[in-house]
Amino acid sequence: MGEPLLRAEGISKAFPGVQALDRVTLEIFPGEIHGLVGENGAGKSTLIRILAGAIPRDAGRIFWQGQPVEIADPRHARRLGIAVIHQELSLLPNLTVAQNLLLGREPRTRWGLLDRRAMEQQAWRILHELGLDLDPQAPVGSLPFAQRQMLEIARALSENARLLIMDEPTSALSDREIHRLFELLRDLKARGVAVLFISHRLEEIFQIADRITILRDGHHIGTFPITEVTPSAVVRMMVGREMSEMFVKTATAGTEAILEVRDLTREGVFYGVSFEIRRGEIVGLAGLVGAGRTEVARALFGLDPVDRGEIRIEGKAVRIRSPLDAIRLGMALIPEDRKAQALFLSMALRSNITIAALPRIAPLGLLSGRRLDAASQPCIRHLDIRPPRPGIPVRHLSGGNQQKAVIARWLLLQPRILIMDEPTRGIDVAAKAEIHALMDRLAREGKAILMISSELPEILGISDRILVMREGRIVGELKREEATADRVLALAMGGLHARAA
Amino acid sequence: MDHPSAERMRGLEQSAKVMLGFGALEARERWTRVGLVLTLAAFCAVLSLLSPRFLTSSNLINVVRQASINGIIAVGMTLVILTGGIDLSVGSVLAFTGVVAASLVTAGQPSALAMVSALILGSLLGMLNGAAVAYLRIPPFIATLGMMTVARGLALSYTQGRPITGFPESFRWLGAGWIGPLPVPILVMALVFGLGGFLLSYTVFGERLLAIGNNPAAARATGIPLRQHLVLTYGLSGFLAALAGLILIGRLDSAPPTLGVGYEFDAIAAVVIGGTRLSGGEGWLGGTLIGALIIGVLNNGINLLNIPSFYEQVFKGGVIAAALLLHRALRRE
Repeated sequence: MGEPLLRAEGISKAFPGVQALDRVTLEIFPGEIHGLVGENGAGKSTLIRILAGAIPRDAGRIFWQGQPVEIADPRHARRLGIAVIHQELSLLPNLTVAQNLLLGREPRTRWGLLDRRAMEQQAWRILHELGLDLDPQAPVGSLPFAQRQMLEIARALSENARLLIMDEPTSALSDREIHRLFELLRDLKARGVAVLFISHRLEEIFQIADRITILRDGHHIGTFPITEVTPSAVVRMMVGREMSEMFVKTATAGTEAILEVRDLTREGVFYGVSFEIRRGEIVGLAGLVGAGRTEVARALFGLDPVDRGEIRIEGKAVRIRSPLDAIRLGMALIPEDRKAQALFLSMALRSNITIAALPRIAPLGLLSGRRLDAASQPCIRHLDIRPPRPGIPVRHLSGGNQQKAVIARWLLLQPRILIMDEPTRGIDVAAKAEIHALMDRLAREGKAILMISSELPEILGISDRILVMREGRIVGELKREEATADRVLALAMGGLHARAA
Repeated sequence: MDHPSAERMRGLEQSAKVMLGFGALEARERWTRVGLVLTLAAFCAVLSLLSPRFLTSSNLINVVRQASINGIIAVGMTLVILTGGIDLSVGSVLAFTGVVAASLVTAGQPSALAMVSALILGSLLGMLNGAAVAYLRIPPFIATLGMMTVARGLALSYTQGRPITGFPESFRWLGAGWIGPLPVPILVMALVFGLGGFLLSYTVFGERLLAIGNNPAAARATGIPLRQHLVLTYGLSGFLAALAGLILIGRLDSAPPTLGVGYEFDAIAAVVIGGTRLSGGEGWLGGTLIGALIIGVLNNGINLLNIPSFYEQVFKGGVIAAALLLHRALRRE
């Protein structure tokens, strides 16, 4: 195959609390389309960011066309010929196609002024060469997403990119647009450009890639020519680990439905979502990032509006138009991003715990530190929040203890329904186990729990029932006994079932 | 444990904590507060060395009395800034409510009625600010900048640009009266700071205000009626601006429509010097009081030392910049 264009060898990277990458090796050859797959958190993004010069690595070596290189920053990576096409494009919407294409290297006249004519000619030539039919004078903001993506690729290539790193390039494209993109990629491949293609959609990888690299928990599981593996084998390698041994499940679901959702729809976001949760039941909501799970949770809690649909709580039809409505109906939402969505970082632990329950703690509107201490201390003890000091600003707590503080806030209100969005994301193993045990205990107390999680072991380990969402719809439901990692992933990724079977 | 002097020390420490409002503060925050008090003390020490007239009771009372108007406005400003907003309209609201009260009382209405009218009007103008911010989602800077212009224009057109003068004694009492050895404005300021501190530390409203400033998205998600709280907070700021206006025109015995130009600046300065974060969510009313006093002492010093008033602005600007830099340095994690 000749000399690799890029060789990354033994790349390691740790973030506080996690080993994001552990001695990962990746080789990409000129004219190769290389698929990179792994579950959420497997280390794909970290690897890309290191290759793009966005973050430094802890260990390992990188060779570019055989020469060892230190990629200092993204500009350096671009100069070498490594271009990253992100999901969020980096074009400037108020400028024209030509201006975006030639940003920072605009042709000048003899007087040092912008040479508009030359600019449009150059832009036209670049677009023409790639067979792209875009008007150089059109403002970028008016173009559909797919065309902007093409433009971004064109810009990278006109800057002599030799390796395109594409992070989930198809997630916002229609089938036809994907087809068009793949044509372009094959064309580039013929010219010797290499593509590192990251996608959650395995079927696309199998359509376009020459080889595939699988990451799991920061480890390099393997790299294979695409003809030598099957999609189901890849899924097995992505999931791989032993599961469910750390979950102890003692609660059994009742029969009475606490929460019933019928045909809940928010146009453009999720459609016809229907499910129910029974007393003491933990329902897992699985799916890929962007499948619409968090959006359903937010809508249920009154944070976002819905276009139609019906919600019943203990048989009674209800309308939820604000979080306050939801709270009054006995709902609680533990959001996925606790720092942005839940915590008051500079306020004390006691304030964070009691903030939603203030009307009850202080019926006359009067309170004191002592009263907040008294109200929060049982929760702090009950959930074993450390350090157990009600007055400590919550920003000084660890991730796990912060999450417990958010949970404590809602438990204080004794909700009937808990929606937990990624309840154990970014917290250490011990706190994780505690939160799982707590969820089990809450289910035993008869609460209905909807848990969104992107971690398959978690979904499989504690859910009584698993709903799988894909592209805004619930595409499957699995009972605890029949759920396996393969089946959940197959539903979540879609289109795979027939081939895998 | 039973060592008597250790026991005593803890007791002393406890009472010191209560006095300075420490509680569970972090060390860094503690030093910020001590630093503020020391800064004020240093300003006073330098001035008393430079001018023998500084350290006289009549001058000190005068300093505090002058600072009281800014101090009262700054309490409202602190609340607004704690929510993550700003109120640029306080000077104009002060002027408009002041001339309305003055016109009522010179038209023969009872002083109490004139004063209450001004306070209600101030609250309403403030609530209008709050509604623009909360319901129309206009950035606070723009909404209150608009009110600043509108209220000033109303004051000017209402009076045709002429000052209103000649108030009865009862109307002037708020600005010029005394209770025992203390001028009424100082007592009003003390009351306003006391109530403001109580509001922030001992009421659900205050707790929620801090939460809103800390993280509005999370505040909404915990069921806090964010909009009502914003309307009320800006309303309070308008109320306090009107109150400060009544003191000011009482003392001047005159209500020109140009009253209070630039007062928003002094109020924001007091808040910022006092260590309240401009981005909201974190602050201390005691700091605002010290900030207002520091500005008052600075003004007094400029008078006593016969520094040309042209330099006044430069001085104040420098002090604020220094305070901001200091707070940021202390806060850096």
